[in-house]
Amino acid sequence: MEEPTGWPRYRYRRHGLLRWRGPRGRGPLRRRQSDRLAGGVAAGLASRLGFDVNVMRIAFVVATVFTGGTFAVGYVLAWLLVPADGADGNLAGRALTDARGLAVAAGIGSLSFFAWIIVSVLNAGWLSNLVWPLGLCVAGIVLIWRNAPADEQAAMRQLAEPVLSVTGGEGRSRIVLRVLLAAVLLLGGLAVLLSGHSASALLRPLGGVALVIAAIVVGFGPWWLRIARDLVVERQARARAEERADMAARLHDSVLQTLALIQRRADDPQRVVQLARAQERELRSWLFEGRAPGSLDVMTLADGVGVIQQEVEAQYGIAVEAVTVGDCELDDDLGALLAAAREATVNAAKWSGADVVSLFAEVEPAAVSLFVRDRGRGFDPETVPGDRKGLAESVHGRMARRGGSATVRSVRGEGTEVSLTMPRTTGPRTAGERQPSRT
Amino acid sequence: MSTPHGSPRVFLVDDHGLFRSGVRFELGGQVEVVGEADDVEPAIAGIAESLPDVVLLDVHLPGGGGQAVVTAIKAAHPQVRFLALSASDAPEDVIAVIRAGARGYVTKTISGAELVDAVRRVAAGDAVFSPRLAGFVLDAFSAIPAAGGGGPSFDPELDQLTPREREVLRLIARGYTYREIARELFISVKTVESHVSSVLRKLQLSTRHQLTRWAAERRLT
Repeated sequence: MEEPTGWPRYRYRRHGLLRWRGPRGRGPLRRRQSDRLAGGVAAGLASRLGFDVNVMRIAFVVATVFTGGTFAVGYVLAWLLVPADGADGNLAGRALTDARGLAVAAGIGSLSFFAWIIVSVLNAGWLSNLVWPLGLCVAGIVLIWRNAPADEQAAMRQLAEPVLSVTGGEGRSRIVLRVLLAAVLLLGGLAVLLSGHSASALLRPLGGVALVIAAIVVGFGPWWLRIARDLVVERQARARAEERADMAARLHDSVLQTLALIQRRADDPQRVVQLARAQERELRSWLFEGRAPGSLDVMTLADGVGVIQQEVEAQYGIAVEAVTVGDCELDDDLGALLAAAREATVNAAKWSGADVVSLFAEVEPAAVSLFVRDRGRGFDPETVPGDRKGLAESVHGRMARRGGSATVRSVRGEGTEVSLTMPRTTGPRTAGERQPSRT
Repeated sequence: MSTPHGSPRVFLVDDHGLFRSGVRFELGGQVEVVGEADDVEPAIAGIAESLPDVVLLDVHLPGGGGQAVVTAIKAAHPQVRFLALSASDAPEDVIAVIRAGARGYVTKTISGAELVDAVRRVAAGDAVFSPRLAGFVLDAFSAIPAAGGGGPSFDPELDQLTPREREVLRLIARGYTYREIARELFISVKTVESHVSSVLRKLQLSTRHQLTRWAAERRLT
């Protein structure tokens, strides 16, 4: 499982130079999710053909420059049409059923069509060659964004973050930056116009252009406006749904877990009262003081792993063998990683029937990995009923929302292992900055 | 040294009488317990007299660390092998016992069957790593400077783990048994054993000052 992603790095170390070709891969072309930069097309193609992924990326960029952007359209198409590894079906299939997404894409398409008309009216030939690939790419990316699974969206968000932080922020310096950018673009546009025509002859086509633009705006404006409004409404709905999912995960981890425990300890009234009281305290502190239930009040990852060990040992009476290699400070992402690990450990303690659960955390420069393993009865992940939130929401969802990943490997009669990986972000960032739509 | 029917002869050293009788019970009829002691001095005398195959040794003893026992016996009776066994310890104590010559370290959460298995392995000359020891070792060797950057005394043969050894240690830390590791990595159990023994050798022979200083530094970070 770790081998395919691991070997290029070892090769780097051993030879100290870039390795051009490795063994060819087998099987159909898939977008590789493991070392993706954007869609994972280059990574997938590289591993299929046996090239180094960086060679492939450089080839893509060169091709894009030489084809004047046409190649980028091909890339976006491949993103839509080639299925991700491990996924069944491509994004295009899902995009076809997404009526609103298609409307937005058509809107953007029509915008770029009109832009193309205007530009060709102005005789700026090279610019018109650039407009249509740009329009198609943006339309394609919109479709991808709307139909991609959560982890792919997280990867895209990370990629777009530097751009968005320049244009989307509210701070004074950002406004200045934005105005400067607009001024540069405006000057560039005027320069293009002037280069095609002498200054005196400029006025006439410009007037025509203004008329055409006015016509377009009158004709299509309401439609574009409606699309934009729909988008805003939908984004709010999505934010609400996400908040709901977060709340459900938290309630599951605290209240539902405690209720399950109480049912098991029904013959021990004192323990039941104790559990109920502890849960009441936790719930109150969440509802009225804003402290998240199950949130770990610790500073470093190793401390967090220790707390999970103690809590699960105390609550469920099984041994947790915890091993941590390396350590680092906690941030929001790693907090989510710990919360997912806690949930996986609790699950193992409750359902596996094993009397030891192994918990192994390793801090590496680029990522933190955490493994929860038991040698219990195991289960079939496919047959877990949908209302069992534990795995789907508390582990998978939690990791995906933060850009991490979770895999579960379970064999009936042999046990279960949950592997969690969270990439480490450099420098402290707050959740509010990353997800402006959520408050 | 072994008894004719092949069950190893074991000596117990632990300051808790209750724990000693517990271990004795868990080992059942599968090994021959030839003696026990509750402190450093009686342990040295008892082991020298009974010459067992394997000594199950508590890391902490009232009269000094477990490594005092290992050092004293190793000089006179190099054929006696040690397996450290304890509840929870600071990494520096565990590493000290291993560097003194113990061939493994297991925690007291280990099940009876696994303990018997571990004793057999040590008796056969193999190394036994618990998940915790594997974690300690990964940690100790991960503070490694790039090859050649470890000062004049840096010996890549001894002061660095190979990628494969690292993989094996990671799987041990994740709670895999040797057999499961062998299946996971598509190698034989014998190969897993030889990787672990080679790690043990590096742990005992490496003169990397980081290894000895590591435990102390670890507390600061």
